[in-house]
Amino acid sequence: MTVIETLDPLLTAESWKRAGRDVAIATVVETWGSAPRPAGSHLVIDGEGNFEGSVSGGCVEGAVITEALDVIESGEAKMLEFGVADETAWRVGLSCGGRIRVYVERLS
Amino acid sequence: MQLETLTKLNAARRDRRAAMVVTDLGSNEVRVIIEGESVAGPLGEEVAKAFRSGKAGTVEIEGRSVFLNAHLPPPRIVVIGAVHISQALARIAPVAGYDLTIIDPRTAFATEERFEGVELIADWPEDVLKDRPLDAYTALAAVTHDPKIDDFPLSEALRVGCFYVGALGSRKTHAKRVERLREMGRTDNEIGRIAAPIGVDIGAASPAEIALATLAQIVQAFRRRDLVTAG
Repeated sequence: MTVIETLDPLLTAESWKRAGRDVAIATVVETWGSAPRPAGSHLVIDGEGNFEGSVSGGCVEGAVITEALDVIESGEAKMLEFGVADETAWRVGLSCGGRIRVYVERLS
Repeated sequence: MQLETLTKLNAARRDRRAAMVVTDLGSNEVRVIIEGESVAGPLGEEVAKAFRSGKAGTVEIEGRSVFLNAHLPPPRIVVIGAVHISQALARIAPVAGYDLTIIDPRTAFATEERFEGVELIADWPEDVLKDRPLDAYTALAAVTHDPKIDDFPLSEALRVGCFYVGALGSRKTHAKRVERLREMGRTDNEIGRIAAPIGVDIGAASPAEIALATLAQIVQAFRRRDLVTAG
């Protein structure tokens, strides 16, 4: 892959999977208010917690990666929601005040 | 998502074809639709709408929540002519997020020294476009003033529906060009799409200003586009 391609999460996911790694794909499916990354943005995660791409400006990636490891384990897709109104906001929230929904699925 | 589904998506993206990822958020089933593939019913209508807007979002179809994620090819600019205007355009286009390629068979113009770090092909457009066809996500700017070089790519750009087609030259030059394009089989509707004189009217005088006016016109065409749907 070229340098530009290694920055492309979906090309990365394909090459990781072909190399025999477990992979989950996280996708922003909805945003409200000011959100750092638009709907359709991807973060891809492997079974070791390596990742490429982004679903926010770095605010909630840590939590998404943790959930992704669960999804890789169970095979069950998950819908995550993050925002300042959320009770977990003090842990992982969006400082910009928006809310996002992130869909996490395993690449099979 | 299945690996085959992702592979199909990535292949389409590499080929600069528009693709839609359709995820049923209830059943978690995922499919990829390449633009031009027919999809029946209400899903087909939503998919067509999402291809036009290029935006991702969730829609309700017959009681099911479906996430549509459009993957449109990144816009690029093909410039015919390695001239002074192109030197400036090659510098500002990447800042606005556009890939840029310059084609000019005249090796005196198309030199590495004049276009350091720019994708530059010193060959005839007829030959280059065979391997690297224009498409709906490409803007074409013809700036050589030479019909032998400009006419073929202009005609091609109109034929395939490039989202922007611009040509440098006075109104008088353009009137003659219109005649030649008609002889090449282009319709008046197609020819009417050419931006000539090139660039938005900001009173541009220097080559760099013309490049800026042209880039502004390209951005306008892209953001307000009514993309020609690939057949």
